[in-house]
Amino acid sequence: MAIFLQQLINGIAQGGMYALIALGYTMVYGIVELINFAHGDVFTLGSFLCIAILALLGVSASGQIIAGWQGALIALLVVVLAALLCGVIGVLIERFAYRRLRNAPRLAPLITAIGVSFLLQGVMRNWKGPSEISFPQFLPNPTFAFGGVHIDLRELLVVIVSILMMVALQFFIYNTKLGKAMRASAQDRDAASLMGINVNTTIAWTFFIGSALAGVAGFISGMYFGTTMFTNGYQAGLKAFTAAVLGGIGNIAGAMLGGFLIGIVEAMTAQYISDQWTNVVVFSILVLILVLRPSGLLGEQLPEKV
Amino acid sequence: MSAPLLAIEGLTKRFGGLTAVKELTMHVEAGSISSLIGPNGAGKSTVFNVITGIYVPTAGDIKLGGASIVGRKPHQVAAAGIMRTFQNIRLFAFMTVLENVMVGEQTRMHATPLDSALRTPRAQREERAVSERALELLDFVGLSAQSEQWARNLPYGMQRRLEIARALAPNPRVLLLDEPAAGANPVEKRELMALVRAIRDRGVTVVLIEHDMKLVMGISDRVTVLDYGEKISEGDPQSVRRDPRVIEAYLGKGA
Amino acid sequence: MDARVRLPLGLGEVAVWQALGLLAIVALFALYPVIDRNIGHVSAVADAGYFLLLVFGLNIVVGFAGLLDLGYAAFFAIGAYTYAMVASTQFNLHLNFWPMLIGSACVAALFGVILGFPTLRLRGDYLAIVTLGFGEIVPQVFLNLDKYTGGPNGISNVDQPVFFGHAFGFNPVPYYYLYLVVALISLVLLNNLRRSRLGRAWMAIREDELAATHMGVNPVTTKLLAFAMGASFAGLAGCIYAAKLTLISPDEFNFSVSVTILSAIVLGGMGSLLGAFIGGLLLALLNFMVLPQVTNWTHALGTALHNEAIQNADLHYIIYGLILVLVMLFRPEGLISNASRRAELHHGQPATSAAAAGVE
Repeated sequence: MAIFLQQLINGIAQGGMYALIALGYTMVYGIVELINFAHGDVFTLGSFLCIAILALLGVSASGQIIAGWQGALIALLVVVLAALLCGVIGVLIERFAYRRLRNAPRLAPLITAIGVSFLLQGVMRNWKGPSEISFPQFLPNPTFAFGGVHIDLRELLVVIVSILMMVALQFFIYNTKLGKAMRASAQDRDAASLMGINVNTTIAWTFFIGSALAGVAGFISGMYFGTTMFTNGYQAGLKAFTAAVLGGIGNIAGAMLGGFLIGIVEAMTAQYISDQWTNVVVFSILVLILVLRPSGLLGEQLPEKV
Repeated sequence: MSAPLLAIEGLTKRFGGLTAVKELTMHVEAGSISSLIGPNGAGKSTVFNVITGIYVPTAGDIKLGGASIVGRKPHQVAAAGIMRTFQNIRLFAFMTVLENVMVGEQTRMHATPLDSALRTPRAQREERAVSERALELLDFVGLSAQSEQWARNLPYGMQRRLEIARALAPNPRVLLLDEPAAGANPVEKRELMALVRAIRDRGVTVVLIEHDMKLVMGISDRVTVLDYGEKISEGDPQSVRRDPRVIEAYLGKGA
Repeated sequence: MDARVRLPLGLGEVAVWQALGLLAIVALFALYPVIDRNIGHVSAVADAGYFLLLVFGLNIVVGFAGLLDLGYAAFFAIGAYTYAMVASTQFNLHLNFWPMLIGSACVAALFGVILGFPTLRLRGDYLAIVTLGFGEIVPQVFLNLDKYTGGPNGISNVDQPVFFGHAFGFNPVPYYYLYLVVALISLVLLNNLRRSRLGRAWMAIREDELAATHMGVNPVTTKLLAFAMGASFAGLAGCIYAAKLTLISPDEFNFSVSVTILSAIVLGGMGSLLGAFIGGLLLALLNFMVLPQVTNWTHALGTALHNEAIQNADLHYIIYGLILVLVMLFRPEGLISNASRRAELHHGQPATSAAAAGVE
């Protein structure tokens, strides 16, 4: 039982990260019907940017611990800067790679997105090299024990941050003017534009927010695993996309639910089957959901237009 | 009276709570031109979509030459001898005009992939026969000069005619035309009437959905009027034109 | 000069100068190992052979039938493993290469049908993701089933072909000619198929699946034939690849292989056989000759400058990424294409308003 609970906590922590990345996929798909293939790489770029910002602040991978409010302040500064930078990069990608193709045949922007993904991987590959790089672990990491179950600060951080972000996003989408513009544009882009919504700006903000969340995920992933690598975004992105599809693509609550479920499934597969098979299990879920229930758990089943 | 070629018996199609077609019975005689008319949203296109196998009917039966075709997939309906055009033209845009018509002949061809890959004499003979027939059909609809162009580069009126040629390719028993005169000018409409008659004279039974009353009344042997999914009138053009229920459906009460 | 020559094998009629050019190109390929005595070069050009076969196969699926398959490398893996498992010390089976060439193609085609079947009803981008999922699952399965596949180490000591008593060995020249013959035959067969009943059915499905089915095209068999035939080329390529290299491992068949092949098709022009051929040749050249050379130069430069970043520079990802992005943005029809298609892809809208009303 303790093992099960421990794995559940690991799964939730991992799932929180997937959920944060999945939000970007689901928001973008909801509004422009594009599987933004490069999104996973924006997430990895977030980790890389955090490392660079930490280096500028004089924090390196030497293992120095910065406790108290100083550590918290640095963490906050790093995560905010990385989120902003990722957000801007997301907007630039949309502006220069996707916007031109908004009315092109459906597969054209998808192929472009794969290209952007490779481009970002290439940039990171040449920036920090081909192997794993370490992420400075500058925060203290006390462990809290409940019965036989251990939760350390990093796991707690991942879960708290991801839930906070989701609540904030949900509030934003339903209670602000921009959020409403996003929902309107997702429903019907042409009608939204006739109602005076600037669709280009709305789409740009969607990319900004999605990419910024990926940046946040990049930070907490670095803190959680302690390493990153230029190709990480591909698999993490694919799993997050699986989460978005599982929850119902275009559905924000669904992305969160899907993220946590995928994280838990992964942890349980590793514990009770074998960690060799986690990817096979997760990608089989992706295939099964798309084939059997493409609207996902929370999505609406839409009839096909003739 | 001989048995009808196409018999729709008590056809009902519901989408959730909406009844698009309700207990429609309609008999189409071989060699005739029939029209299905009615105000927008009356369920005319749904009837075509049920006949061609996009939708499965909620109730009722559809028979072609006495055999039920309910439950068949669109390509099987095509193979059975019912071909169609679409309200908003659906050509194969990046294929040539000739290739479009040749796709229509799929169901008449027998070449296996191996025959085709190796260009066996059998496959070459069939290919030649099929392209000759396609050219003949293009000539019939007046598009022989355009045979090597991309379908998408044709002007609108020619695209309509190409769609008809494509549907005629397998020499179908029944041709369903969905608003063939939409967007046509008076000259084109007269040409279209002549074309539909010529198609009938080739032995193809024609059913058309059309809004242009002059055209419908001018060429139809029989007219069926739908309103809110129900048949409100049926008969030869003269009697339908005088039917008060038809006048009411089109002009509203008190007209 | 308007004399025309009728080419054999159903390749159609071309002008005399085009026929001569074609003859020259074929002659150049046929004599290449005689002209260039550098074994390394011949080996690299021979490797272009498997690349080209993969491009041909994926072009059936993506170019002809319009089904974006992002997991195509899986079939390459299946072909390679099929041969390696039955012609090596793995199970001490040593089946003959030549029948297995067909056998690997058939096994890959079978998996093309099995993996294609669940995708039949899916819309374009969902199909892309499902195939991507298969592309991840298949190599992972080969990795995990280590009792049969050698796990992460893969299978080594794969048998090399013997042709009427002549062992191929490690000499790249016979492999070069094998690839050349297979590629030329493929080109002729594909050209025939493209202009046949099946070829038109594929294109009709690509252009408008619903309309195609109403014209009598059976969408199930048409799509499955595309998946099967596409996969069979990957099976062929995998078999020869495994025999030439004599060892294979699961990490050679990852997503970047699929993307590289896709880049070649996008670069050449989707749907055009000539485009696929030229795109494939160009990217094979880039992949096997130019990039390794560039890597050598940057490495040397980095060593001279004592700069580790330049020393370890790697341009593969950036170049393939750029090809995909730039071609889709500025020349979506690819290098080889028709003017009308260009107009549509550039503006995302049909050229005339009349067509706009008709083509959805």
